[in-house]
Order: sequence, then structure tokens, then C-alpha cells
Amino acid sequence: MLLILIRKEFMLELRRKAVISGIGLYMFSLIFICYLTFSLRQNSINEATWSALFWLAILFSVVNSVAKSFIGEKRGIAIYYYTLASPHVVILSKILYNALLCLVLSLTGYGLFALFIDNPVQDTLYFLLTLVLTSLGFSSALTLISGIAAKANNSHILMAVLSFPVVIAILLMAIRLTKNVLDGIDRGASLDELLNLLAINCILTALAYLLFPYIWRS
Amino acid sequence: MKNWVKILGICLLLYVHTAGLLAEVPRLNILNETIRALYFHVPMWFGMTFLFTMSVYYAILYLRNPSPELDRKVLEYANVGTVFGVLGILTGMLWANYTWGSPWHGDPKQNGAAIALLVYLAYFVLRGSLDNQEQRARLSAVYNIFAFAAMVPLIFVIPRMTSSMHPGSGGNPGFNVYELDYRMRMVFYPAVAGWILIGLWITNVRIRLKNVEEAIIELEDEK
Repeated sequence: MLLILIRKEFMLELRRKAVISGIGLYMFSLIFICYLTFSLRQNSINEATWSALFWLAILFSVVNSVAKSFIGEKRGIAIYYYTLASPHVVILSKILYNALLCLVLSLTGYGLFALFIDNPVQDTLYFLLTLVLTSLGFSSALTLISGIAAKANNSHILMAVLSFPVVIAILLMAIRLTKNVLDGIDRGASLDELLNLLAINCILTALAYLLFPYIWRS
Repeated sequence: MKNWVKILGICLLLYVHTAGLLAEVPRLNILNETIRALYFHVPMWFGMTFLFTMSVYYAILYLRNPSPELDRKVLEYANVGTVFGVLGILTGMLWANYTWGSPWHGDPKQNGAAIALLVYLAYFVLRGSLDNQEQRARLSAVYNIFAFAAMVPLIFVIPRMTSSMHPGSGGNPGFNVYELDYRMRMVFYPAVAGWILIGLWITNVRIRLKNVEEAIIELEDEK
């Protein structure tokens, strides 16, 4: 069932090409604005600014793309799923699918940053590991919140307002890891942050799994 | 709620205010007399954490067994907790202005506290944008639990991983087993207990008020 639902998400995504290209263009514009406003080819930026810009670009595009997982859906569709699958399977499939989406977005963002601005990353493997962990964390936090926001009136504003305080913990850890990775510090030094990130992910995913049935019912 | 709660709370706070302003305190560099902020600033955070925890507790009870009374409790505990949080930030800023030189110093603990308040402000916005009463209660209870869990690492873990100028961390004197001498404990512990009791009492009065208002509305509807 889980695999079928994930496949369904993929099919839907590929069928609505406007949405996915919209997200891609959104991210491209964000990064291009960063590049233009800092006029980065002439004057280079230091590592702290690079990581701040990078995570801001990722955060905004991820919030906007995960928001659509419940907000864009038509009213009747939820009832249709309800007859087919249990809420636990639905939320798990959405979280896994969104985690993949976030990972693809982060990788694209990294590529664009390397192309336009600079690639100061010294320890690529650890940086990729950070991207995987943050994608999972973002996806489980944002998927649940998108489920909540979808029921309310002004969903898009609400999505941003509700999600920022929740993802700040992940973001802080990610920025700290990025700093270590950019400075090329010994890997043992960032182990604490990695474990912390993993723990936050576990808490958020478990809670999303437990709480989703309650939002589902309305 | 029993009467003794408010009487005990008021007595404790009377004692804390007199002793806190007049009793002997250790002489420490930089801190000087501002060390007395310990009696008024730190209990705010204990109170806030306690009230928010109660709010989450009732939110869990609500999800297991929905009823409008429980929802009112969740909301009022969050309301009063937010007031405690705002007071905590304000007293902290007042203290920081004299000790650190500026009210907002970008300290990890200050930032954590501000984010904790953001969570509950977002919670109130969420409640405001849902029309159906039952749906509002259920969705906001879910967000309350989720956001509280996301806040825990932010307030209790990350500030302990970073160096901070806040007393009690990074080798600064302050709330610490070795530094807080017994004279201060004699005021500090009653202060924590007193503020928590007063917080409980205020919440209780507000819940009772809301229940009465609800009952009046129902009576008017019947007419």
C-alpha cells in the first residue's frame, strides 16, 4: 500500500508538470536574486554568508513545495483516500515522497549555488549527509503542518507562520553542520550535531505519525 | 480549585518581594545588585514551562477524549503561559540592559525564548483562522503538541551546546549548584513555587470565567 501511494504521488507530480517546473523556477529566481543583489562575481562572500544564503533559499523553496502536499488537494480526494488506506500509511507515504522532493530541491540548490556563486564545501560527503537528514526533518515537520494549514482559511500564510518556529531547530543544526563542513573541520567534531539532527528527525516523524489521524478525521 | 492555592501563592510572593529586595545577596563583579533579578526573572521561565506543559497535557487529554471544557483549559494555560513568557523576556531585557549593555544581545537563551513565544503566537493565529469550533479545538491541539516537542531541543538542548553569556552557563556565575548560596536559595525556591501557584490560580479564574460565559450564552440561546 505504501509503495502504491508513493508511486501515485510520483505519477501525479509528473502529470502536473507546471507545478514542478514552477517550484524549480521559484528556486532558480531566489538564487539568482541572491547572486544579483550581492553582485557576487565581483566581490566574494565569506563562508558564513554562503551558508546563510544557501539555507534561506532551501527553506523558502522547501516550505512552498511541501505546502502543496495537502493544500492543493481537492476536497473530495481526502474522503476517497479514507476509504482506501489507513491514515498512517497516507502520512508515511507523503513524508517519504516529500523527503525525496526536498532532497532533489536541496541538491539542485547546491548545484545552482556552485554554478552562480561559489562552492566552498570542503567535505562533500558530510555535506550530502546533512542534506539527506535535513530533507527528512523538513519533510516530516512540513507535511503535518501542511495537513493542518489545509483546513484553515488563509492556508498559505498560515503554512509559513506555523512552520517557521517548528523548523528553526533543524535549521540551526544544519547551519552549524554546514559551518563545520565549510571549514573542513575533522569529522568527529560534527558528530554531535549529526546525532542531534537525527534525534530531532525521529521525534518529529514519530509525532507526525501519531498525530496525523486526528487531523485526518475532519 | 482550593482556596489555599491563592493564599499560599500570595503569602509566598509577599515574602519573596520583601526578602528579595531587602535581604543580603552575595557581592559579585558586574552583577552587583542586579543579581536580585534572579528572584523575578528566572521564576517566570519556570512558570512558563510549567503552564505550557499543562497546556500540552490537556491537549493530549483533549485528543483522547474531546470536550469543549478541555479545549478551554488548553487555551487558557497557553494564554497565561504566554503572559509569563513576555514578562520573562521583559525582565530579562531590563537586566541585560544593565549587565550586558544592551537589552537584546543575541544570546542563545534569549533567541530560544523568543522562538518559544513565536510558537504560541502562531498557535493563536491558527485558532483565529479556523471557524468550526470542534475543528479549531482538534487542529490546534495537534499543533500545540507538535510545536511543543519541536521546541524542547531548542530551549533545553541547543543553548547548552553553545557558549553563552547568560549566567549559569559557560563559566559565568549565576544559577549553579556551587555559586547560588543558601541565602539566595531561601528566597529563590519560594519565588518559583509562588509564581507557579499564582499562574495556576490566574488560569483557574480565567477558565471558570469562560465556563460561566459559555453557560450564559447557552441560556440566552434557549430563550
